[in-house]
Amino acid sequence: MILSGADIVVRTLIEQGCEVVFGYPGGQIINVYDSLYKYQDELRHVLTAHEQGATHAADGYARATGRVGVVIATSGPGATNLVTGIATAFLDSVPMVVVTGNVPTHQIGTDSFQEIDITGITLPITKHNYFVGAVEELADTIREAFQLAMSGRPGPVLVDIPKDIQIARCEYEPGIPVTPDTPRPAKDVRIQEAAQCINDAQRPFIYFGGGLVTSGAQKELLELADLVDAPIGCSLMGVSALPTDTPRFLGMQGMHGHYASSMAMHHADCIIALGGRFNDRVTGNRFKFATAAKIVHIDVDGSELSKNVVAAHALRGDVRLTLQKLLPLIRPTRRPQWQEVVEGFRAQEAAEVSPAGLTPKNAILTLNRYLNENTPVATDVGQHQMWAAQTLTFRRCRRFLSSGGLGTMGFGMGAAIGAQMGTGERTVLITGDGSFGMNLTELATAVTNKVPLVILLLNNGVLGMVRQWQTLFFDKHYSSTILERKTDFVRLAEAFGAQGEAVDTLEGLDAALGRAFDAQGPYLIDCAIGKDELVLPMLPPGGSMDDIIVKVGD
Amino acid sequence: MNRYIIAVLVQNQFGVLNRVTSMFRRRQFNIDTLTVSETESPDYSRITVRFHGDPRTKQQLVEQLYKLPVVTAVEDMEPEESVCRELLLIKMENDPSSRSDILAAVEAYEAKSVDYTRDSIVIQLTGDTRRIDTFINLMRDYHILEICRTGVVALERGSRTIRDEIS
Repeated sequence: MILSGADIVVRTLIEQGCEVVFGYPGGQIINVYDSLYKYQDELRHVLTAHEQGATHAADGYARATGRVGVVIATSGPGATNLVTGIATAFLDSVPMVVVTGNVPTHQIGTDSFQEIDITGITLPITKHNYFVGAVEELADTIREAFQLAMSGRPGPVLVDIPKDIQIARCEYEPGIPVTPDTPRPAKDVRIQEAAQCINDAQRPFIYFGGGLVTSGAQKELLELADLVDAPIGCSLMGVSALPTDTPRFLGMQGMHGHYASSMAMHHADCIIALGGRFNDRVTGNRFKFATAAKIVHIDVDGSELSKNVVAAHALRGDVRLTLQKLLPLIRPTRRPQWQEVVEGFRAQEAAEVSPAGLTPKNAILTLNRYLNENTPVATDVGQHQMWAAQTLTFRRCRRFLSSGGLGTMGFGMGAAIGAQMGTGERTVLITGDGSFGMNLTELATAVTNKVPLVILLLNNGVLGMVRQWQTLFFDKHYSSTILERKTDFVRLAEAFGAQGEAVDTLEGLDAALGRAFDAQGPYLIDCAIGKDELVLPMLPPGGSMDDIIVKVGD
Repeated sequence: MNRYIIAVLVQNQFGVLNRVTSMFRRRQFNIDTLTVSETESPDYSRITVRFHGDPRTKQQLVEQLYKLPVVTAVEDMEPEESVCRELLLIKMENDPSSRSDILAAVEAYEAKSVDYTRDSIVIQLTGDTRRIDTFINLMRDYHILEICRTGVVALERGSRTIRDEIS
């Protein structure tokens, strides 16, 4: 059938299985919005308050469901507003397709109104991007974008469509949903060498990141851990990949990771890395990182192998398929001495006494009682994010949504909305007063769409994470980190049409959570915490695990 | 520091060179020369890049190239296994006191004088990078007016081609 480019965009999205898109209209995408109007029964469009919120929503949707998140925006400022959200998805390998309108082809390059070179701008933060030059190429380009976004290491792909291409007409033949490139295991010889190394190890440690989730290799990971008798740790991107109470699982390691997890990794003689990239938040000073360890690194992205730390065994391939070939080569071994060492670290961690009352940790422990296994929990970025990563309990994969690589304050509101829409579950946002201030305007989106959303705002009146650095490393020079704003968050929530209440005791929080989890639509809890609370443990910047700060003297 | 020459077969599309060089810039690879040319097929262009770094840098550069969807094949042009050439155009002052020395050098290097005026001589020389470098060094004893060189192009010796890399 002959369709306009705009219709082809929408029909191709529907054909690719897309159920919901997040976006914001404008002059150069108005034709696509006309098609969205036409096809509104088949494709839901969620209007956000700001294009950045739309990208985070598509991102949260993708993280929570594993499907491709889709964003639509207009040219110029609409497109540039997407940049932070695209970069966030890129750094965390989240599959996303971004559709932007642009000025008509004959005006490209003339600096016309709201013209911007968005393919140029997003070159380093997309897997790939397209400028569509002919309507005949449109459908296949969008299909290719989905295919690329999902394949190998996922990521965002942008398709920029000039207005005249949206208007032009051509034959459209409906297609079928594309599938990602067939995943492949690493080479046999590499797997054999790695097996040898693992079998020879005395103190193996398994570290995984977001790539484990993408690959879906949890079962194989646990089998490996049992075979070699190894403790397991993860990066921030792996937090909800395993149930928190998995016996061998020590939780997140790294800069603000669990003491036992970081120490076990540091003292290992063999680190088996599954779909992680040894980010500096993971390793600390990479030249002093786990110096005794041989590293077996399995990743689908070959460029991650030996990029940050040198891998003794670099296995390029899908984590799950590679593990399936590796497992039969592993000799089952008990390692009681190593387990004793690990238990020692665990005991040290457990011996840390936490104070009573409304501390951040106790607030999140209280929240834990309200979560069911399906509840997605999004965070923003800062101290609250680390407390959440350390303390939340999860039973299901893809339920912790947090900006890891880019560390985007303001990520949480959009991500929570997208995750709720993807899962249909009441969703929680843990945020801080700094981060919340960045994108709180998406409260409007949550209210309009009656999103069941519990917002736990840990309010300390300061930019806590930066302030923490100032406390520890900058002689308490609190440069621009004391907010002391007069914002009344409860009234703010009410002004947006949401509900809210403020609490300053743990009991009060408990009761408020009870009401929040019964509420229709978004419910904000303004929870007062002390401004001097620190995220501990902490690996000082440039330090190694030997320098880990567990406690700060009064 | 090692020097490497890498040949990259890319799709012959608008903006491809920008994608490749943008990646080099972002990851701060030290590129010495870069050439782009047509190939035997209208579907592909060929980029030849010479850079310096350690073996890990080379590995990273190759892996990062492969992540670009427009890159079809990447080939490491090892000196023993490949023919590498660049072309030099150098404009010398044509001064009676130095003229015969310059022309003697041109002859010794089997270079060519391709433009000759009262005041200047333009010399053309083809060869590997080292040969070009030594010739320029020699010319520094006289008055160099202008230098232009193409950067390296390279082909593998024997019948193998970069398209054999496409799997």
